[in-house]
Amino acid sequence: MKLSKISSACALAVASLLGTSAQAQISGDVIRIGFITDMSGLYADIDGPAGAEAIKMAIADMGGAINGKKIEVLVADHQNKADVAAAKAREWFDTQGVDMLIGGTSSGTNLAMAKIALEKKKAFISVGAATSALTNEQCSPYTVHWAYDTVALAKGTGNAVVKSGGKSWYFLTADYAFGAQLQNDTSTIVKAAGGTIVGSVKHPLSASDFSSFLLQAQSSKAQILGLANAGGDTINSIKAANEFGITKTMKLAGLLMFINDIHSLGLKATQGMYLTDSWYWNRDADARGWSRKFFEKVKRMPSSIQAGDYSAALNYLNAVKATGSDDADKVLAQMKKTKINDIFAKGGYIREDGRMVHDMYLMQVKTPAESTEPWDYYKVAETFKGDSAWTSKAESKCALWK
Amino acid sequence: MMSGNANDISRRGRIGLLIGLALLLIAPFIGLYPVFMMKALCYAIFACAFNLLLGYTGLLSFGHAAYLGAAAYATGWLVRSGGLTPELGVLAGTVIAALCGLAVGLIAIRRQGIYFAMVTLDMAQMIYFVFLQAPFTGGEDGLQGVPRGKLFGLIPLADDRLLYYVVLAVFVAVFLFIIRIVHSPYGQVLKAIRENEPRAVSLGYDVDRYKLLAFVLSTGIAGLAGSMKTLVLGFATLSDAHWSLSGEVVLMTLLGGMGTFAGPVIGAFTIIGLQNFLADQVGSWINVIIGVIFVVCVVAFRRGFVGELLAWQQRRNKG
Amino acid sequence: MEIFGIPIQAFLGQLLLGLVNGSFYAMLSLGLAVIFGLLGIVNFAHGALYMIGAYVAFVALDSFGINYWFVLVLAPIVVGALGVVIERTLLKHLYKIDPIYGLLLTFGLALIAEGMFREKFGVSGQQYPVPELLQGATNLGFMVLPNYRAWVVVASLTVCLGTWFLIERTRLGAYLRAGTENPALVQAFGINVPVMVMLTYGAGAGLAALAGVLAAPVIQITPLMGSNLIIVVFAVVVIGGMGSILGSIITGVALGLIEGLTKVFYPEASSIVVFVIMAIVLMIRPAGLFGKEA
Repeated sequence: MKLSKISSACALAVASLLGTSAQAQISGDVIRIGFITDMSGLYADIDGPAGAEAIKMAIADMGGAINGKKIEVLVADHQNKADVAAAKAREWFDTQGVDMLIGGTSSGTNLAMAKIALEKKKAFISVGAATSALTNEQCSPYTVHWAYDTVALAKGTGNAVVKSGGKSWYFLTADYAFGAQLQNDTSTIVKAAGGTIVGSVKHPLSASDFSSFLLQAQSSKAQILGLANAGGDTINSIKAANEFGITKTMKLAGLLMFINDIHSLGLKATQGMYLTDSWYWNRDADARGWSRKFFEKVKRMPSSIQAGDYSAALNYLNAVKATGSDDADKVLAQMKKTKINDIFAKGGYIREDGRMVHDMYLMQVKTPAESTEPWDYYKVAETFKGDSAWTSKAESKCALWK
Repeated sequence: MMSGNANDISRRGRIGLLIGLALLLIAPFIGLYPVFMMKALCYAIFACAFNLLLGYTGLLSFGHAAYLGAAAYATGWLVRSGGLTPELGVLAGTVIAALCGLAVGLIAIRRQGIYFAMVTLDMAQMIYFVFLQAPFTGGEDGLQGVPRGKLFGLIPLADDRLLYYVVLAVFVAVFLFIIRIVHSPYGQVLKAIRENEPRAVSLGYDVDRYKLLAFVLSTGIAGLAGSMKTLVLGFATLSDAHWSLSGEVVLMTLLGGMGTFAGPVIGAFTIIGLQNFLADQVGSWINVIIGVIFVVCVVAFRRGFVGELLAWQQRRNKG
Repeated sequence: MEIFGIPIQAFLGQLLLGLVNGSFYAMLSLGLAVIFGLLGIVNFAHGALYMIGAYVAFVALDSFGINYWFVLVLAPIVVGALGVVIERTLLKHLYKIDPIYGLLLTFGLALIAEGMFREKFGVSGQQYPVPELLQGATNLGFMVLPNYRAWVVVASLTVCLGTWFLIERTRLGAYLRAGTENPALVQAFGINVPVMVMLTYGAGAGLAALAGVLAAPVIQITPLMGSNLIIVVFAVVVIGGMGSILGSIITGVALGLIEGLTKVFYPEASSIVVFVIMAIVLMIRPAGLFGKEA
């Protein structure tokens, strides 16, 4: 009977059809933003689903449509895996008519997505990733780096800590692109300011136990323990450092920290720490107003990345409106000649290498006594204006910016 | 371990396989996304390789992803940084995977049965950690930006549809090769080992040698799958060597039908299809679903799709 | 003061951490060995049961305010009961068939457990506070030793030795060992073997859960904490051989110590040193260091 064999062949066909969507028309009728970030892992709080909410707020502020064309956002979880991010980006560009990609956290995934966007000639705005390589060695005409990067973090926190007496450093580094780059950039700054690097140790991403790494750090006898990691890893390193009494002999420098981390750890454990960030919800009236709207939806104050997601989406959509097109080349050209003035940045602009230049802030964590309301955690110690915060033309290795 | 009719493919079986082939040939023209199909074909090759070991030799290699990963990284690096043309890159990857298989096989062969499975799992985990640390793999970020290059230095592979037919050709070649092995005298000995190893030993066969060769063949073909996958998707990452992939290939084979030819292919397409289709909708539940399928298969569906179909056919013929 | 060029505090500190890890290896490989001995099943879900134990502790505290000392007893009971249910509904179908199915079924169960907990709690870890009584640290001169970690070593080794005593030196243990060798005969003597088997799996699960509760204040509680650990524990049982209880304990602790030492001298190799040792042992003594079977 042929039926049995035919049915097995049919099972094959059905399985294939189930697993793929038919080639969608690359639509000119809907403007689609793709957003790929860490939704459930160690970076989920600083960006994650709340970042998607921020993008939706931008779409709502545009009225939900431009010239009659609906605006949509597609959201996916890359689980901090570069292959998942790249495969999803490719699939979205090929079959879902996505016009522009916003990159959430994790440098490795953003580098991968940037490559796909370059191949498909679509716009890619990296908001959550830190690696300065996005606008340096791996710059591309289709990549824009929006919020912050490792160079700015190094220049900010690195300099501040050395100036306040922290001359000898030991690094605890997350073992992937971001950690390595942050350690690199910070070491350069520290050495230039007259400090020394005593040593370093790498820990796996999302490590479960920091005790053995911290023991190595302690035996180095450096003054400063530089935490070249982020999110859950930073929180756990700080907790473990307290548990092992490391904080009695070394000072902790959190090279990348977000307001959610401070909230998690509490002011008692973090007071006095320096950190560099691109935005603070309590910075000015505009920021406060938007943040309260965000708080109503999400029940938390926004991090700088979430504000960056909103700003990137809003400015992209404005450029689409101005040019009347969703062609990446036209829209990017428009974005690059328009100043950015919104709740995120004032007087910001996009440089030839793709860097969005805006002010960065060196902030210090308040003591519990100084904090007047929930989420009131920072005081601004120094503002780095415009160009001074980022990689300079002389230092840059980007071929597009000579 | 239940098997389908490993000795001969009936006329009906041949017709069924030809229909499957025809569907695959026209796939890009009926709106199926070529990149998805290529990925599924690569994993089908992987599952077929695994089935050679489990279904036809009776050995459970519980860490088979290590070889797919080894070849994926090797090919990725050689093509991207070593300038090799794609077919040489794939060849190199396959050989490297087979060598890894030889090394692990020599150690794992020292134990039988369930211990063999545990040892292969642990050796694979060791290989995974080596990949995690080694600088050339890019660790957590993976080895990215692998170009598709030009086949034989002449035919550019950038076009998805063209590459699809290349991948399909390789898949068909592997499929026929495995049929050939199973039907050969060597394959008969493997079957004897699977059914009653002590008896095979008493008949004078150097059982360890046979098992080792099967292991090397299986790991080499698994490597071939990994190399092709790297060319298609342009990167090799730690996921390619992770134990969860090792578990998935067992499920693909079990679900499709151990010891049958079409079974692993159907299992691969089903699992890859499920993951693709459901991943966005259900998030972490996909792992639960895979786990449930595992449990159901082991308790109530050990013969898999093709196995059940064949058994049903046999019952009908007898009755 | 230095040993081989390493400051003594770093050396002894890592050794101590290694001892902590080793106690967990010992506890888990003990459970695996007992289950394999009586049921013939390699319980991949052992890691998941350990993970569930830790989460029970977390939820008990977070949602119900049940403190650590109660949950040390509660979690093993809850997870033990879960183990009994698993054995009665699923595992009992597999005793007569190829052991690989047992491994695959428990693998599937581990995936289900991980997926469910991942869905509920996300992948990043939960924190469990160190119980007040054990907080703080003792300055031993060469390192600051958190009191909790000392407790973990003492507690787990006590449990391991207690289990050994139970199995090797008591009547109940004798029935268990006999049931492994010849279930039919033992049944003929009037011992209810199926019930014994069911309770054994439950006890093994409870033991894993206890390890999970002990681990909770020390490491991040994540859904994946079990599976990565169980793969190492497999190596422990292959090295030690599943024939001897005391052998499992000694091997587990020894491997933890060796891992700690590796972190001092050659940290990059610390994640693979156990597997390398397994490979070496397989080449020299395939049955394992304490194994009885060939």
